[in-house]
Amino acid sequence: MITLGRGLTLFTIVALTISYQIDDIQTTAVAARTVREAAPLILAGLCGLVSERSGIINIGIEGQMLLAAFCGFLGASYAVESMGSTPALLVGVLAAMAVAAVAGLFLAWTSIKLRMDQIIAGTVINIFAIGATSFFFAQGRTMPKVPNWSVPGLDEWPLVGRMLFDHGPFTYLAILVVAIVHVALFHTRWGLRTRAVGEHPSAADTVGVRIFRLRYVNLAIGGALAGLAGMALLQSASVFNRGMTNGKGFIALAVMIIGRWRPGGVLAAAVLFGFFNALQAQLQFKQAFDIPPQFFGMIPFVLTIAVLAAAGLSARPPAAVGQHYETE
Amino acid sequence: MGDASWLRQLVLPALAVVLGLFAGALLILISGDNPLTAYGGLLEGALGSWEGVGRTLDKATPLVMGGLAVAFAFKAGLFNIGGQGQLLLGAAFAGWVGYFFDLPAIIHIPFALIVGGLAASVLGATAGLLKATRGTHEVISTIMLNFVAANFTEWLVSRDGPWNDPDGGALARTPEILPSAELPRIGDLPVGFLVAVAAAALMWWVVRKSTLGFEIQTVGANPRAAKYAGISVTRITVVAMGISAFLAGVGGAIQTLGVNGRFEPGFNTGLGFDGITIALLARTNSLAVVPAALLIGALDAGSTLMQSRTDVEPEIISVIQAFILFFVAAPSAVRWLLRLRADAIESDDMQLASGWGA
Repeated sequence: MITLGRGLTLFTIVALTISYQIDDIQTTAVAARTVREAAPLILAGLCGLVSERSGIINIGIEGQMLLAAFCGFLGASYAVESMGSTPALLVGVLAAMAVAAVAGLFLAWTSIKLRMDQIIAGTVINIFAIGATSFFFAQGRTMPKVPNWSVPGLDEWPLVGRMLFDHGPFTYLAILVVAIVHVALFHTRWGLRTRAVGEHPSAADTVGVRIFRLRYVNLAIGGALAGLAGMALLQSASVFNRGMTNGKGFIALAVMIIGRWRPGGVLAAAVLFGFFNALQAQLQFKQAFDIPPQFFGMIPFVLTIAVLAAAGLSARPPAAVGQHYETE
Repeated sequence: MGDASWLRQLVLPALAVVLGLFAGALLILISGDNPLTAYGGLLEGALGSWEGVGRTLDKATPLVMGGLAVAFAFKAGLFNIGGQGQLLLGAAFAGWVGYFFDLPAIIHIPFALIVGGLAASVLGATAGLLKATRGTHEVISTIMLNFVAANFTEWLVSRDGPWNDPDGGALARTPEILPSAELPRIGDLPVGFLVAVAAAALMWWVVRKSTLGFEIQTVGANPRAAKYAGISVTRITVVAMGISAFLAGVGGAIQTLGVNGRFEPGFNTGLGFDGITIALLARTNSLAVVPAALLIGALDAGSTLMQSRTDVEPEIISVIQAFILFFVAAPSAVRWLLRLRADAIESDDMQLASGWGA
């Protein structure tokens, strides 16, 4: 895996350099957009990862993100009437994280207490999110704009400056969270317990891990991450739109699978999908080829299926994912 | 199955619907409207006149097909969440056959329905094949294919597309279908609804009486055992997803031939999700899909009058549906909420989440 990762990194650097020599403006635009588009996928993919590593399939990420974007938008939008725009945005972030965490707790509860099928429970979250956000949607509200944090000096660098040092806060946060989840998952007690519960719950139970509590905690953490993913969507859109997740919650699941349930893998896969999206947007914008826009619109989805099929049978999910645990 | 248990099986879906409507009423109350006025409008819009009943039947028709599609895949242990895209393909291809070919009605209508169904089944079978050979989970692939189908059908009828209506100006749509392709109405009764009911009956027979149905149910119950019994799990997975998508595609085709009269992209978004609620409400019994779809169809059909009376947005319907789906899939929640004894509700656990296939 490490050699594959290094190979891919090297390949990316070489390809970027060559592409930059050919057309610096477009290469910079696509590279910057790739990172921006990857941010919500990283956060949402990590939401799936934290859930599934503890043994619960989360198909409701799409709904969690939508609810989060909705509440984050409304939270910031109402808060700004009585405070500055930065604290108002923080109110939005808290609202987004809270509602998505509640949805995560709901998923854990349906699985643990009600023994509901996890895929159906996730679908309930998705349907509810579409319905509720449309039902309570009020046109004409605005929220304070999420600021752009460009790093002075570094953002002047060719290519790398725009690509890495000229983004909104949630993009930097997404990359930071990858590192945090990686360390937490592989180097802390919580991580060891999470992995044990996802792979072999009865063994974890025997040594005294409180499985259900851990699953509640993980689903809440995952929800909070989905909340940040929702905010990352608002960061680019600046306004809530009906159905604005547009399948990103499901692509995040593909990101998690292709990333093999590892934070670094999620990062790499999210960047790959971010690249698909950025490429599609750029080609469409430039009208580089005489191809109808709808075909560009298909690219991310077709490629998701293709990459999933290629990753295929080698993908190995946590062993206990999707199963209800019986306490003796 | 005895007759007593037949009645007992109705308890859970009925309670789920009641609780779902109750939850919806609470939300209407929160948003500052009177739930009784709202539901009154809903009921009157859906069933208050023959015209309303006709509208309910129109709305219920693709829902029956969407519910059958989900229920059929469930029998094989598969979750077809791509009803939306399959329906769009069926609707678009039926629209094309409807305007392009000039045939006598007796051939034209079934031809258009079948072409619509087949176009959709390509989509479903692809997802089935990927699942069986590459372990790509059908929940993800069918959702991705929804977006592919939406883009593809939009292109087909767009200005640069091959099926664009030359008289439509900037509108993306096919030309109007020929009268010979129109699914007629008998009074207020749409014939398309009868087609859907016939499909439900046919599916009941296939599942209960045919060899294919037996194989599908065996694979659904235990793929490993099915393999030992000499059933090709790959073949059944592809066939089950193909047939499931075929049903959704015919639903879209009926919508074009019986209601819209042409294909226009973007109608009926979210229909794939409706199918899930309906299939579970019917507990995957194809005959029970018809009343379940009628119920959701009535909610849909009545929502316009409800909105004009009370300002309650029609989106409340999908919130109510989410609650119904939740309660019907969580009998223990219903028991707990209503303080019922453990044996008051008949339930068999519905389990799909068997991991990601690999």
